[in-house]
Amino acid sequence: MSYEERLQHVSVLGAAGKMGSGILLLTAVEMADISLKPENKGKAFVLNAIDVSDEALAGLIKYLKAQVLKLAEKKVVGLRKVYADRADLIDNDEIINQYIFDVISLVRTTTRLESAYDSTMIFEAIKEDPDVKISLFSKISTNNPHQPWFFTNTSSIPITKLDQGAGLKGRIIGFHFYNPPAIQKLVEIIKADGTLPEVEAFALQYAKNLRKVVVPSHDKAGFIGNGHFMRDILYAATEVEKLGKEFSFVEAAYALNKISQDYLVRPMGIFQLVDYVGVDVCSFIMSVMNPYLPMEDLHVPLLDKLLANGVKGGQFSDGSQKDGILKYEKGRPVAIYDPSAKAYKAISEFQAKVDEKLGTMPTPPAWKSVIGNKSKDEILRTYFSQLKLATSPGAELSKAYANRSCEIGLGLISSGVAMNENDVNTVLLTGFFHAYGPINNYLK
Amino acid sequence: MRRKVYMIAGYNTLSMGTGRKEFNPKKERPGLEEYIREAGQGTLKQIGGAKHVDECVIGNFMASRFNRQANLAAFFPFVDEGLRYKPAIRVEGACATGGLALMSGIKSVLAETAEVVLVIGVEVQNTVKAIYCADYLAGAGWFKNRKTGHAYFFPGQFSDRAGSYFEKYGREKTRQALARWFRNAIENARLCPTAQENHNTVKDLEALAMMEPNGKSFVDHLNVFDCSKVSDGASAIAIVSEEGLKRCGIPAGEAIEVLGWGQMEEDITKPPTDPTELTTTKEAVKQALASAGITRDQLGTAEIHDCFTIAGLMCMEAIGFAEKGKGADFILEGNTARNGRIPINTTGGLIGWGHPTGGTGVHQAVTILEQLTGKAGEAQVEIPADRPYGLTVNMGGDDKSLVSIVYKKAK
Repeated sequence: MSYEERLQHVSVLGAAGKMGSGILLLTAVEMADISLKPENKGKAFVLNAIDVSDEALAGLIKYLKAQVLKLAEKKVVGLRKVYADRADLIDNDEIINQYIFDVISLVRTTTRLESAYDSTMIFEAIKEDPDVKISLFSKISTNNPHQPWFFTNTSSIPITKLDQGAGLKGRIIGFHFYNPPAIQKLVEIIKADGTLPEVEAFALQYAKNLRKVVVPSHDKAGFIGNGHFMRDILYAATEVEKLGKEFSFVEAAYALNKISQDYLVRPMGIFQLVDYVGVDVCSFIMSVMNPYLPMEDLHVPLLDKLLANGVKGGQFSDGSQKDGILKYEKGRPVAIYDPSAKAYKAISEFQAKVDEKLGTMPTPPAWKSVIGNKSKDEILRTYFSQLKLATSPGAELSKAYANRSCEIGLGLISSGVAMNENDVNTVLLTGFFHAYGPINNYLK
Repeated sequence: MRRKVYMIAGYNTLSMGTGRKEFNPKKERPGLEEYIREAGQGTLKQIGGAKHVDECVIGNFMASRFNRQANLAAFFPFVDEGLRYKPAIRVEGACATGGLALMSGIKSVLAETAEVVLVIGVEVQNTVKAIYCADYLAGAGWFKNRKTGHAYFFPGQFSDRAGSYFEKYGREKTRQALARWFRNAIENARLCPTAQENHNTVKDLEALAMMEPNGKSFVDHLNVFDCSKVSDGASAIAIVSEEGLKRCGIPAGEAIEVLGWGQMEEDITKPPTDPTELTTTKEAVKQALASAGITRDQLGTAEIHDCFTIAGLMCMEAIGFAEKGKGADFILEGNTARNGRIPINTTGGLIGWGHPTGGTGVHQAVTILEQLTGKAGEAQVEIPADRPYGLTVNMGGDDKSLVSIVYKKAK
């Protein structure tokens, strides 16, 4: 079965979710582009969008329409050629609308898993729960006569466990998109011990067609992205505890969030990133990873405490940020949650005090000004050389944070998760939009 | 000419769009009617009010699609109640619309049906994204060519011209000249507060403009800096007889006199006779200069139709400032800069000031009025005493509708 034939009948599980909707969008566009080739005229292409909620599936079509519109506007120069033989499509808007129609026509929304029984490809982006995943894969594999291939978006569960649990005999691979899949360039590809070579070849072709940057990761729980991120959270939470002697919880959380954003020149602070992903999601990922890490305890009691108080973070369906560890106004953090008082405390009340205690700091370059800058390396080198010489409490905390991030990165290589330094840095640069990779010699 | 015709009391709104700090495509902005009113009132205020106006002309290209609005002449009483029950007309000729509006006013004065004509040119284009704007503007070409045309239809047409020019006369020097054209346009716009590129702070403009064209996302031979702006804007001016001048109480020294023009059309259904030449422009300028009884060497400044940098370059050859194939040298030698032999587009032209399509021809006249009467503010260039004439070239479509006018400061 060729690449194009395999993409004639596809199902996405969890299609209405945050990750699933992006995967559905990218796959729908890829399938539509194939279906519009002259040699594929008359062939049927089917993309099942499977989810448990009818309401969410209704919203999915709206999302698809808006996203395909943006995409079509960008590629209308090429689309005019695709529709060159359609005399009725003249203006750009007619061509764009036809393309949206052609993409959406492939998509069949459904809440019935049975729809996947006819598919040759299954993309999965459901809850990060190995038992649920195994159960669904197993059901589909048993009832589907086409020996379908499974692409799981898990960011933490070993693929070999899913393969063996569902009896897939290597018809599975980890294809981990970053959030949001339509925008983030990175995918981590994780082979199970028995992943069939043709499944891997397909994965690489699919990633190439989607213009994704591929980083291979070994099949170790958490892979590279969460391998770094979860340990980064653990480190920040531990530091917050350590600062407990001098600072209240909200003050210490503010300090670490500021250090990890401003002084490490990252797009957002560590606790804002936890909110972005979701406190519950982070906690769950840790619980999935932890059993596979005999030498360490990847568990953050702070997250349990927050969840017990109903503090979850995550995003609204329009992509705006829900309150989590931080409270947001127009997307900017304005307060921090105090678990003991079970209430948010305005940052403005303690900001000046904490900033003063952190002491004199070299002025960091703004992440935005660095990220696309040709002289990025020079700017960062200059800044970190100043940070290296600074001795204020804030500077020491920042240096320790950066060194720990580097250690985590190196640990991912020594523990056999990542193949090399470059892969670790690529994941942080591309998947987390960092301005520089954690493994660097800026502070050496 | 059977009687003298003057232009007075020019007014430009801001040219609004990308580049201006105030511009936010997601926020509500003034609409077509606000631009018409601001420009119209700007001129009326200078001529003592609507009571002095006999007739009105409004030039607009495509409000029917950009703003879903037609019957624009009926907006004159909205500009000022004093214009109720007075004759008004709307004219259209793609990007030469403003020039045609001026010609309509000139002819009313010559026909002695009016002593004072209020002329407004307007376009409000930022109602849609550039990709849809391209569809609307494609109306300036023959619709039967739209299907086979480029997604960005007119950039595609002029990219093809640029490609032919590169092939015939060499690419590298020509691209450098186009980059210089861009730089001159932006530097001039920085001196004009209403210009769309007035806020531009890029240091090395020529390096920016040398960006390699990308045919996959745009067109093969031009980049976005080679293109005029998508603009919202309006300009107004009063066209008057000697009697009208007196009626409005404007001294002759604040007026310019229309000395001659070339106004013509070429067949919209035909491809260019020579893609490396603007043949209709050449003919229109020739007629304008001949009817004014001057030569191009007597021109002190010119406002020309640089909808694309390559059109600006070809226009230099069409006017005869440079021989065929020598336009790039002419520009690179600095002749068209504000301190050069013949300062061109002294407030930025279509690339720097902006290109609210239906308003552009009127804006050109306003700029010439300001320059020849010494009222161009920071953008003022020196008009030599032995070369006191100003020229405008306003082009519609791909060298199809042309209006070229010669002016001189009135005495």
